[in-house]
Amino acid sequence: MTTNDPAQVFRVEAQELLDQIEQALLDLEKSPDDADLIAQVFRAMHTLKGSGAMFGFDALASFAHACETAFDRVRKGQVKATPELIASVLAAEDHLRALAAGDDVPADEGATLLARIETAMTGGAPVPVAEPEPEKNWRVRFTLTRDALINGTRPLALLDELRGLGPCDVTPVWNELPTLDGLQPADCHLGWDIRLKTRHPRTAIEEVFIFVGDDAALSIDPIEPASAAGLVVTDAAPPAAANDRPAAGHSIGYTVRVPAERLDELMNRVGELVIAQSRLKQVVAFSTDANLHSVAEEIERLASELRDSMMNVRMVPISQLFGRFRRLIHDLARDTGKTIDFRTTGETTELDKNVIERLADPLIHLIRNSADHGLETVEERRAAGKPDAGRITLSARQAGTEVIISVSDDGRGVDLNRVRAKAERSGLLAPGATATDNEILQLLFAPGFSTAETVTNLSGRGVGMDVVKRTIDSLRGTIDLANRPGTGAEVALRLPLTLAIIDGLLVRVGQARYVIPLASVEECVELTTDQDQRSQGRSFLTLREQLVPFIRLRELFATGTQPDRYQKIVVVSTGSERVGLVVDQILGDHQTVIKPLSRFHAGIGTFSGATILGDGGVALILDVPHLVAAGQQQEDRLRAAG
Amino acid sequence: MQPGDAMTENGEIVWDEDGQIKVLTFDLGGETFALEANMVCEILDILPETQVPGSASIAGGVINFRGSVIPVADLHLAFGLGTPAITQDSRYIVIELEHDRDTCVIGLKADKVHEVTTIDHRATEAAPRIGTRWRQDFIRCLAKRSGDLVVVPNLPRIFNICGHVQAGTQH
Repeated sequence: MTTNDPAQVFRVEAQELLDQIEQALLDLEKSPDDADLIAQVFRAMHTLKGSGAMFGFDALASFAHACETAFDRVRKGQVKATPELIASVLAAEDHLRALAAGDDVPADEGATLLARIETAMTGGAPVPVAEPEPEKNWRVRFTLTRDALINGTRPLALLDELRGLGPCDVTPVWNELPTLDGLQPADCHLGWDIRLKTRHPRTAIEEVFIFVGDDAALSIDPIEPASAAGLVVTDAAPPAAANDRPAAGHSIGYTVRVPAERLDELMNRVGELVIAQSRLKQVVAFSTDANLHSVAEEIERLASELRDSMMNVRMVPISQLFGRFRRLIHDLARDTGKTIDFRTTGETTELDKNVIERLADPLIHLIRNSADHGLETVEERRAAGKPDAGRITLSARQAGTEVIISVSDDGRGVDLNRVRAKAERSGLLAPGATATDNEILQLLFAPGFSTAETVTNLSGRGVGMDVVKRTIDSLRGTIDLANRPGTGAEVALRLPLTLAIIDGLLVRVGQARYVIPLASVEECVELTTDQDQRSQGRSFLTLREQLVPFIRLRELFATGTQPDRYQKIVVVSTGSERVGLVVDQILGDHQTVIKPLSRFHAGIGTFSGATILGDGGVALILDVPHLVAAGQQQEDRLRAAG
Repeated sequence: MQPGDAMTENGEIVWDEDGQIKVLTFDLGGETFALEANMVCEILDILPETQVPGSASIAGGVINFRGSVIPVADLHLAFGLGTPAITQDSRYIVIELEHDRDTCVIGLKADKVHEVTTIDHRATEAAPRIGTRWRQDFIRCLAKRSGDLVVVPNLPRIFNICGHVQAGTQH
């Protein structure tokens, strides 16, 4: 973190903890008896309380404490995790978010929410209290690091909390205390040796120290009844750090937060390295020095590995985004009174972090649309012979160089007549004008369009779909809308992977060199003179019994050069559709650092960027989906004509 | 350039308190042109250019400028000065144009680059409505300098008019 504002640090942490709580609560809805999930919620609340108090978010800490206490009863099996309880804790979680963000909250909101949790708990069938554990004696020893006090740890609070568990006998350990002239008043030199008598299990004691984290060396040992009467021995050596302490929550793992711009900077450096490396490769090709060759190969391997690791750092699984929508669905189900069966697939699909961030809003909108407009009410669904629960599926998958994210539902589908009527009323379509179904569907993306007859607070302000379209356009993606009247609709967002570096196939067309993203290349075949002449005018190639349209790049780019004698066809695809690109020569693979094109050339469409070659020249990167679309158009035209 | 992506054209020449400004003068097809010196980054020797099929002819290619790919613009075409031959004196003048807080780096082709000099506000005049063979709106002003006439072009205007990709001409 570049910021040293402790409140900001806490906010980030709180955000993560609350996300954990939310996910665990939503999982708990499905399996209310899962002890792990309950413990997860409890731990996260506990940590939140601790850190909140530490950073001066007192209101938050005391509220979290109340929630934690409530959940403690669930954990001990005294209360069931009923849906009402989960809903009320989710509401409480929102309150915590507001508190953490420092928003103004009504003074009595906290009390209302706690009362609701209380009601939910007493409403739930009380479970017989489990047999209390027998009282045991424990010896707890802990020392803090020197700067623990500065970091906000309060030993007194810890001791008080231990006292809450049972009668304590506390002995300070001061053999680490320096002489007076070496004493730093702000440092913590003391350790504590506590004998505790409690019915609570070991985990309860560990949880007291849960948010002290690495600042404490801790050991907890049971004292056998025989030695319980023995003297408290003040060890000279501080107890070893308790590495057997269970990891507190999942987030305290081996992760480091790095500002995104540093990653971008690193990415640029790697890009420059890759370019320099390809220059080296070219220079070495003219040398006969075996040593030089082996070093150059080594560097090539390292550069390519470094590039791959760098890519991995930037890629995040889309589950990060999908997770957020479960809460949205929960709220949508509540607000619409519909039962929603929410499914996600392909959460492990990875996308560039920047792209994921920008997808959140469009997807929220699409899911809202599905829940609000797509799904019918329970009565309507029964009448249509569908199950009560409406299904919304959010899926992600990678297809070639694209990632396809789709939101589909099994609702009523888009009513084209209503769309048409609405478009005519709002002047987007001339009354009575002929329009294909697809053209009518496209009207949904027109600015200022909304079919909802009444504006709900969920969707339907008519500022939605056009914003979705704009965002996807800006990510160089496309939107496909599939409508199945009566049985549902599907909106698929197709996004380029937008990696900063890709593997490419370097080809020559006329005098110029171009890069074709390797991920979309299916195969390379030769265009025989025979085929070439036969295909004049119809440009089709039979590839394993299938007709594949092909485009002569020499003609498309108007190079004005004579074709090479042995032209090659690079067959590229985007998922289902294929097209062949006729090139003069295939030069080989190339690690391609994508450089954006300027505003002069960004609008051309045929190219997704440019790259710098080993000899310092520039090669343009072909935009495969665009070319495939062009190939398909050509095919359609020929079909229509022929 | 994509439609609706226009550069701001109203940028006036900022004269200093003495009514002067430093400019870089260069030749295009036998005429002398000048650009404010503070927008010039660098002067480069001619590099191998990569043509971008389908682009507007005024900015038909790209070059590798220290690891970034920048467009090359040819003002000859905007002023109808014919297609220049590359000579020993040919250079790129790399300039920065501001747009929406975005900086656009462009390599301008010049037949010959002269010098950084000063032009005086009092020695300039607006482009005459008639009498030049060029579009009046492409010229910010004409400056008289030692018997010669120096043209200060309105680059944003030129790029907005001539830089558009003709959508749909490709396929």
